[in-house]
Amino acid sequence: MHLILFIVFAGFCLAGAINLLLQSHPINSALSLIVVMVSLAVLYLLLGAEFLAVAQVIVYAGAIMVLFTFVIMLLNASREERTLGSRAALRVGFPAVVAILAIIATVILHTQGLGVARLSDGITSTEELSAVLFTKLLLPFEVTSVLILIAILGAVAMAGHEEQGTGNRDQGSEKVSERTGEK
Amino acid sequence: MTILQFILWSVLKVAVVTVVMLLAVAYTVLLERKLVGRIQNRWGPSRVGPFGLLQPLVDGAKSFLKEDIIPTCVYRPLYLIAPILALGCALISIGVVPFGEPVSIAGSPPLFQIANVNIGLLVILGVTSIGVYGIALAGWSSNNKYSLLGALRSSAQLVSYELALGLSLVGVVLRAGSLNLRKIVEQQSTQGILTWNVFGGMQFVAFFIYLMAAYAETNRSPFDLPEAESELTGGYHTEYSSMKFAMFFMAEYANMITVGCVATLLFFGGWTSPFGDLIPPSENVFFDAGLSLFWFVLKVFAFLFLYVWVRGTLPRFRYDQLMNFGWRWLMPLAILNIVGTSLWLAYR
Repeated sequence: MHLILFIVFAGFCLAGAINLLLQSHPINSALSLIVVMVSLAVLYLLLGAEFLAVAQVIVYAGAIMVLFTFVIMLLNASREERTLGSRAALRVGFPAVVAILAIIATVILHTQGLGVARLSDGITSTEELSAVLFTKLLLPFEVTSVLILIAILGAVAMAGHEEQGTGNRDQGSEKVSERTGEK
Repeated sequence: MTILQFILWSVLKVAVVTVVMLLAVAYTVLLERKLVGRIQNRWGPSRVGPFGLLQPLVDGAKSFLKEDIIPTCVYRPLYLIAPILALGCALISIGVVPFGEPVSIAGSPPLFQIANVNIGLLVILGVTSIGVYGIALAGWSSNNKYSLLGALRSSAQLVSYELALGLSLVGVVLRAGSLNLRKIVEQQSTQGILTWNVFGGMQFVAFFIYLMAAYAETNRSPFDLPEAESELTGGYHTEYSSMKFAMFFMAEYANMITVGCVATLLFFGGWTSPFGDLIPPSENVFFDAGLSLFWFVLKVFAFLFLYVWVRGTLPRFRYDQLMNFGWRWLMPLAILNIVGTSLWLAYR
């Protein structure tokens, strides 16, 4: 049962990712990205990480992608032009990507003791997760939150400067960037 | 219980809940029309059936029979997906709501709830956050400036108020120590009305924030800017007709009911009686189950009544007022509520 679900949703995930690259309209790409994120959430759930799964849906699929579609709708971005791509990308880019992926894969395969993830019925409850997060991993957790706070302040400061420069014309962008910061 | 039995029971429960939910949606529309009618000193629908009780059926038939127009310039795939997405998400989120005491008959899984999930509260929030796309895509794919404006307003409003809504629930979760809706209800059911989160739990500030944010989340008056008919003709569903329009309509009312259910579960003791142990439980299991269902429905009905009452009484906000209210008042207030509740829980 778990294996069937895993295969189905991994398939959705890959199909969404490939569709994201192939679509020529930005809004279709954005929607494919949402499919990818929701399928990833189901994969997390299959690994027993229920909180992570729902957080993935709420934060990424629900909040961040809404802002993406929001921007696409506001700019009314239309179809992008198809080009054949530069020759440099073909000759250097693809081999480089393959080489990097190969290096990463060999490093992972040769490292011992990375731990294993197994599809199972066992579920890590939110209580256990928060206990680990607020005792063992307290420092990284707090550092990350300070980092996000700095990003929010930066976004607000930049939006404020823009408004001073151009007068009252650009209120909309201020609101959008404020929202991006909050998330 | 074998997996086949489990699937059969789940399908049965889903079917019953969906039918009841759709009926409830139809009659909420009638309730709104009757009540707003009385508030405005007129009768409301009164011709079809006794007291106009068959009006929803006739309305449904009308929506089915109307011509389904798809304008030529719409972006078809998204135009067709949008109403399905909106109604689908509205109906899915009811799946984790417990309607009554966990009774089971003949070895069945507990009735009155489709799925008892550990993180039920977060599932509801997650599914509603996906529901935004129904509205946003409807507005964008219609290729109509009014639709687009309505959709932009709506998604901005939803994203802004979702934060205040989520933060207002943290106080309740802190008190219950769980995200499971059943556990949250059981935690506040010990002394009846005295231990409900909104009174004994000191979460009335959270309840106020939740109520405001929920009105905005469901696009209801006084925050119904996305479909402000005096400025935007119809908002995001201007270009929709027939059943596609009806699906958006049903999604809105289904969301209202879900929001009422969540408020009942989190702040008003869910299916438990307000009298606590003053009325001893009877011997009959079915009577008790029915009674718990009765209290739940009564509380949700009170919320729907309040919804309509507010709609009939308050004027619409302006857009900048809406954003100011959400970001500058509700969100700081919600954060203060979290800090206050945590301090109280730590030092009591």
